[in-house]
Amino acid sequence: MSKKEESKTPMLDELEDGPWPSFVTDLKNLAKKKPAIGQLLGQLEQSYEERWDHWLGTVINTPGYGGGIIARYSDIGNKFPDIAQFHTIRVIEPAGWVYSTDALRQLCDISEKYSAGILQFHGMTGDILMLGSNNEKTLEAAEELMEKGWDIGGSGNGMRTLACCIGPAYCEMACFDTLKTTKFLTDTFISQLHRPEFPYKFKFKLSGCPNDCACSIQRSDMPIIGTWRDEIQVNQKEVKKFIDEKGEEYVVDNVITRCPTKCITLKNKKIEIDDKNCVKCMHCINVMHKALAPGKDRGVTILLGGKRTLKIGDTMSSVIVPFMKLDTDEDYEKLIDLVRRIWEFWTEHGMDHERVGEFIDRVGLGTFLDGIGLEPDPQMVRHPRTNPYIKFEELAPPKIGGEPKAAPNVVDKEIEGREMVVEMKK
Amino acid sequence: MAEKKKMAPRDNGSPDYKKFLHPMMAKNYGKWKYHENIRSGVNMYVAESGDRLYVVRAGSTRTMSVDTVRKVCDIADKYCQGHLRFTSRSNLEFLVTKKEEIEPLIKEVNDKLGFHVGGTGHSISNILHTQGWLHCNLPGTDAAGAVKAMMDVLYEDFINERLPQRVKISTSCCQINCGGQADIAINLQHHHPPKINHDNMKICEHPKVVAICPVAAIRPAKKDGKDTLEVVEEKCMYCGACHGQCPSMEIRDANTDTLAIWVGGKSSNTRGGPSFMKLATYGLPNNPPRWPEVSDAVKRILNAYKEGAKEEERIGEWIERIGWKRFFEVTGFKFTKYHIDTYRYARTTFNTSTQVRL
Ligand code: HEM
Ligand code: SF4
Ligand code: SF4
Ligand code: SF4
Ligand code: SF4
Repeated sequence: MSKKEESKTPMLDELEDGPWPSFVTDLKNLAKKKPAIGQLLGQLEQSYEERWDHWLGTVINTPGYGGGIIARYSDIGNKFPDIAQFHTIRVIEPAGWVYSTDALRQLCDISEKYSAGILQFHGMTGDILMLGSNNEKTLEAAEELMEKGWDIGGSGNGMRTLACCIGPAYCEMACFDTLKTTKFLTDTFISQLHRPEFPYKFKFKLSGCPNDCACSIQRSDMPIIGTWRDEIQVNQKEVKKFIDEKGEEYVVDNVITRCPTKCITLKNKKIEIDDKNCVKCMHCINVMHKALAPGKDRGVTILLGGKRTLKIGDTMSSVIVPFMKLDTDEDYEKLIDLVRRIWEFWTEHGMDHERVGEFIDRVGLGTFLDGIGLEPDPQMVRHPRTNPYIKFEELAPPKIGGEPKAAPNVVDKEIEGREMVVEMKK
Repeated sequence: MAEKKKMAPRDNGSPDYKKFLHPMMAKNYGKWKYHENIRSGVNMYVAESGDRLYVVRAGSTRTMSVDTVRKVCDIADKYCQGHLRFTSRSNLEFLVTKKEEIEPLIKEVNDKLGFHVGGTGHSISNILHTQGWLHCNLPGTDAAGAVKAMMDVLYEDFINERLPQRVKISTSCCQINCGGQADIAINLQHHHPPKINHDNMKICEHPKVVAICPVAAIRPAKKDGKDTLEVVEEKCMYCGACHGQCPSMEIRDANTDTLAIWVGGKSSNTRGGPSFMKLATYGLPNNPPRWPEVSDAVKRILNAYKEGAKEEERIGEWIERIGWKRFFEVTGFKFTKYHIDTYRYARTTFNTSTQVRL
């Protein structure tokens, strides 16, 4: 009863033409040894014809984990039985997406042994996706992956797989070790990744400098971005070379006038930077990267609250730590402490399905800072508020509006050195 | 049931990247001096030690068979000491230490993989893409196919560096938009409230679905004596958040879903800092297998950008300088009342000055 019906895919066939490589051709070749892929293409063809999707989604879990597998069932599984169950395993990628071919071949072998043999490098979150196994094989594949030292995970209301830029591995702009920090955070918080316990998902993305090649401000809850707080390093010899090569006008048009704070001046083929007003945007360094380099006293800026469109529309993360060093073990401890405080406050007071940025929108950044024990800083805002509807806790008469609620105090705040915005009289 | 096998270790964590680094990367880690563009698609990274690493970038299809990945590995074994890298936009990066091996490598990438080298500097990068009909449960359109069709049309701008700045393109196949913010984004657009499948209303947790609606348009209801939900149609903005939570709230429609194009997103903190993309045009047909109307519109934007932008200006910065009035003139897209924001921060997007271009 081998009804090896060869799926007819006239619409997909059109995607085999043209200069760009075709996933259809690749999958057709794969179908020669994996019949399930023929059926996958059959279902996809039907989607193209009907402009209609045929996947249902749920979750299945491997023992000990609450995430890492995206389950997909075909709603026309009777027509395409080999893909009736066609799940994806999310595998944690190596930081920076650098691989040895041995590692890649191992993934290929596991994929071919248990699944339909499709890999995606990478998912939108940054993880490796292994597509196409049924209920049973998915769990077996997961076991073999973990046996070989890989780990899976990152779905549901927990921490997601991190992503970072290539940083110090080959980029001269890197102001901190994005790869090390990505591994460090993943391993430190591996339980939060595997056992979802937050109101909703939480993503870190790390970029080695403000060029933000990991798109962290727009695509993650907590971007960690490399920066510096001393002077841009200027090599005047290279500056002169650049000017001789490109002309003074080019430098004025493409560097001097493009500086957002107009803090660069050009005199006698020398560049002078008013570093106090440099906002570390990277532009001048990008254009004159042989002549200029980030300063030497390096660290990170940390932001919070970014997400994509769902519900409230896209939001960018905003600054919560303008600068901190990230060199020593103590520095890393401080980072861990900050993350824990954020998670505790958000998990306790956040509503179901509320990203941390939405939560901050609801309770206010001021209250949020109180809750996690961080001092307000003018660098956290573009400008102070423009409306007068302020609830000064210090001045509210306690008895009239009922007892004021104590500011949620999940952590011990460091009161020391705190400057009161409103000085209480008497 | 088979006897219980021993469980593999849990919580392995992030693979050790140090084992995967190319030896030249490991040796010069954090000690890179500068880089230079050798040719389109190839950058040379020079370390303080004097070492030179040539990074050859090639656009992949992202969705790859194990056989294709193995071919990639063969090439990396031959030319890259068995190491390679993927970028955030699904490009492959081959890591080469001998300059004379660049051209033979590129030839093999072209011949054996059919991939093209490019995507560096001021070019369009490989298009960020989502899952679509291949593997997501929510899409109204496809991702991999749409990307393939568009890259066929745009690939000259991938293999050459002839744009004023980088152009990042993304797609999203439902209004959750899991594709990224980008200089140009092609996103699906729904056009009516979800149609509720009352018979199927049993698996979902009603309060969760009610709570997820950003405009509180969903409320509990009774139909034929059974508990179900209803949608206040005037409030609903067709965002599809409920559909992600509950498959019985069907937001998609093969007959009415269309595609919209957004422009001017930027992640980098350079110059004016990060920005969100804005609506350029809408109502393009969801037209598989090649979505020609979408490619045409994207080309139109790119051509106007090439023509009008100054060096180093990203699409959003170019538009900011010339103004939206001029953008609509040079692209020929029509500005309508649907371009005017009606959501949360609408008023902050209005022109509250006399600064107009006349
Ligand atoms: C030495 C290495 C690199 C340098 C010097 C570099 C430089 C830059 C610069 C200058 C920008 C900002 C462009 C602007 O708006 O002015 C940028 C943005 C970006 N880079 Fe890189 N880059 C490097 C490596 C990478 C790699 C390996 C990737 C991975 C694909 C990458 C992905 C991106 C992305 C996605 C953006 C866009 C952010 C946006 O939309 O504004 N970069 N990069
Ligand atoms: S974010 Fe900065 S350090 Fe990281 S790859 Fe981009 S330019 Fe280099
Ligand atoms: S990094 Fe940006 S802000 Fe700082 S001097 Fe250069 S262009 Fe100006
Ligand atoms: S954009 Fe929407 S439909 Fe497309 S893959 Fe992402 S969640 Fe799924
Ligand atoms: S589509 Fe969006 S606005 Fe409409 S009911 Fe669903 S969640 Fe609410």
